[in-house]
Amino acid sequence: MSIDMSQFYQVFFDEAAEHLGQIENLLVSIDLRHPDEEEINAVFRAAHSIKGSAATFGFSDMADITHVMESLLDEVRKGARALSADMVDACLVAGDILNAQLAAHRGEGAADTAPAAAIIARLGQLLKDGDSSAPVVEHASPPVTPVPPAVTPPAISSALQVGVFDVRFVPEPHVASQPELLDNMLDELGRLGGVEIVSRPAVDSDDPQWWLKITSMMPADTLREVLDFMAEPDSVDISPVGGEPTAGEHTAYGFFDPLPDALPQAVVEAPDEGGVEGVVVEEEAYGFFTDPLPPVVSHSAVSPDVAPAASARGGADTSIRVGVEKVDLMINLVGELVITQAMLLESAQGIDPVLHERLLAGFNQLQRNTRDLQETVMSVRMLPMSMVFSRFPRVVRDLSRKLGKQAELKLLGEHTELDKGLVERLADPLTHLVRNSLDHGIETPEKRRAAGKPETGTITLSASHQSGNIVIEVGDDGAGLDRVRILAKARENGLPAPDSLSDAEVWMLIFEAGFSTAEVVTEVSGRGVGMDVVRRNICAMGGRVDVQSIRGVGTRFTVRLPLTLAILDGMSVRVGGETYILPLGHVAESLQPTADMIHSLSGVPRLIRLRGRYVPVIELYREFGVADSCVDWTRGIMVVIDVDGSQAALFVDELLGQHQVVIKSLEANFRRIKGVSGATILGDGRVAMILDLPALASRARRLQCVAA
Amino acid sequence: MQYAATVHRDYHEEDGLVQEFLSFILGDEEYAIDILTVQEIRGYDPVTAIANAPAFIKGVINLRGTIVPIVDLRIKFGVGKVEYTAFTVVIILNIGARVMGIVVDSVSDVVSLAADAIHPTSDFSSQIGAGFLKGLGTVGERMLILLDIERMMHSRDMALVDSDDAE
Repeated sequence: MSIDMSQFYQVFFDEAAEHLGQIENLLVSIDLRHPDEEEINAVFRAAHSIKGSAATFGFSDMADITHVMESLLDEVRKGARALSADMVDACLVAGDILNAQLAAHRGEGAADTAPAAAIIARLGQLLKDGDSSAPVVEHASPPVTPVPPAVTPPAISSALQVGVFDVRFVPEPHVASQPELLDNMLDELGRLGGVEIVSRPAVDSDDPQWWLKITSMMPADTLREVLDFMAEPDSVDISPVGGEPTAGEHTAYGFFDPLPDALPQAVVEAPDEGGVEGVVVEEEAYGFFTDPLPPVVSHSAVSPDVAPAASARGGADTSIRVGVEKVDLMINLVGELVITQAMLLESAQGIDPVLHERLLAGFNQLQRNTRDLQETVMSVRMLPMSMVFSRFPRVVRDLSRKLGKQAELKLLGEHTELDKGLVERLADPLTHLVRNSLDHGIETPEKRRAAGKPETGTITLSASHQSGNIVIEVGDDGAGLDRVRILAKARENGLPAPDSLSDAEVWMLIFEAGFSTAEVVTEVSGRGVGMDVVRRNICAMGGRVDVQSIRGVGTRFTVRLPLTLAILDGMSVRVGGETYILPLGHVAESLQPTADMIHSLSGVPRLIRLRGRYVPVIELYREFGVADSCVDWTRGIMVVIDVDGSQAALFVDELLGQHQVVIKSLEANFRRIKGVSGATILGDGRVAMILDLPALASRARRLQCVAA
Repeated sequence: MQYAATVHRDYHEEDGLVQEFLSFILGDEEYAIDILTVQEIRGYDPVTAIANAPAFIKGVINLRGTIVPIVDLRIKFGVGKVEYTAFTVVIILNIGARVMGIVVDSVSDVVSLAADAIHPTSDFSSQIGAGFLKGLGTVGERMLILLDIERMMHSRDMALVDSDDAE
């Protein structure tokens, strides 16, 4: 077979990565004392699948490791040995090495062979040790398969009384001449069990005898009844073939022996859907699991490790793997469609609704449909947060051991969905935050006991939607941030750190480059690269990160991100001849100020008084250098924005409306512009800037400080 | 279009490598750029201004769904009268992966220049800036100022790219 296997490599890589992720998740969550047999089975199956496909594609290094792993797990799942912490550790390490090997096969660096050899030896040792010492734990044994290590078909087939029958008959002449009747007959037989046509007569052959092999749980009499309708009464000969399929291996596995020439023909000719499908499914299942199972056993007789796999296979059919580029292209095209739709709607604004009722109704319909289409397409890119969160149980487990701390990880809101692009880019910053919480936040068990806290610390990771943003919190119940130490450290590093800073401002210092308060530089964190990278990464995604901390109670990092990168609910405003888009999520209200609301600082009007609060004002025409705009505050509109609790008012000429806008990158062909987070295309085809409200709000704060 | 341009860039039998240039007029001067950087030529559409940008960056336009910055070379080089009429032309360039447009008074033609028809220039001071001149070309009586447009558009003083990726 000279098929170019490399075309399937990507599928293998994806699947293997999925399986490895699954193995890791299951192993980390497994309860050593009462392992869930279903979980062990799942780990085993995943390892087995990797082994199978790795061997197929010629990645023997991966197959070697998974082979030993599989042998070990196989004994565990059969109850031949108890699961030990050692085994879980070894399997986790093996998983890491497999991941490295996978990366190497992908062409991302070369895998070191030494650790692979070491882990094979370690797993092999565990396998050997168990033979003499490990006790057989009864409850770990799957109760439904009280089978000796080698699964032998007789146990199953005899229990369910599956028989294999050799059936010979001659159809009645009128049946033989009508192919559809024969098909019906085969159909009928197919319902009773597996039908294999050993030989069928050629259309005008002299010997009209059929020879079938039927595997069925039905007694021979039932088969005879069916055949009697069709066959010459005396020609039917049904004889059981060796009651022991093992003895007659040929019989049991006849399906997969080199096929008699007649078989392919028979399959093609018989439009017997049930039968054909049966063949395909069984064949797949057979190829997938190398355990010798009788291929034609009906599903009720399938051993427990096949059943879930079969259902998983059913699930796989309902989803497809699609390249991200294709999805992105689709999103772009739909974005264009939305723009065109808006453009049409705008041009239709002036027409007479009475004369063009149908046209306008059509526009409305189009608007609804495009919006639905857009939402649907966008949701394709959405992934649940569990894609990121799933790695943390392992991180916390490994790290807390290394640090000699006890920590428990709580995950909340794993089903919150987020744009794929963001999910992937979130992984690193969140890992930093979790490691940081564990390293700097959670105290050692002794300290915790002394402080009257439970010895096991808790790290909480939560994700939720809040008004167009996704909010991810990493909290710990550790010692909290130390104001004095942070200030001292900041000064040591030459950062401006006056004592007058508020707590919140002091906490933000930890995000400065080159800042680390760890007294001991550990391998975990404390190199002082980290928190500044975290902040930079999150800002690059259009998000913010905040810290709240109470001494002795804990610290909480809050990461806020836009839900998606591609679309935004915006309010359009006019300033002079320009149109700007304000992200609606930050707009609190808009109003026309009266003269008595306006307050000056050092002679210049800078604030408006709003329900007892003074809100700093940013004049957009000044900020963006727009000529010919309204400059009298009482004649324009103030749009009050709220960014993470701090307010500012933007002075604009007028409000134009609300739209969903497609965010277009300015940076693709141009560069970042201060105060602008992106651009979009308006209904009339013109470009409008989307304002970076968080940046404007912090600028307002600074202006106020300067003035004060 | 790209294809056609590539086909023309070949060796003439006698005079070595021949390169094709698109020549355009700024004021009274004739400039030329490598034709392979040209994506298309279009009229001048109103732009969306960009705050706090240098005067020669007119703003951005929507070119079939992508945002493209527009530079007015007349302002940048300080030549000609800056006015936008029905005849004002924008040359859309495709440089690297970036698309950008330049405003010129008019496009004149496509000229082929053999290597020996390009005269190197010593760095004389001009608005164009050192290093962005490829040389001077002569076609009959006309003198063409050959711009190294790729280098120029990516340079820091054009302020078209983020300063960290500028050369």
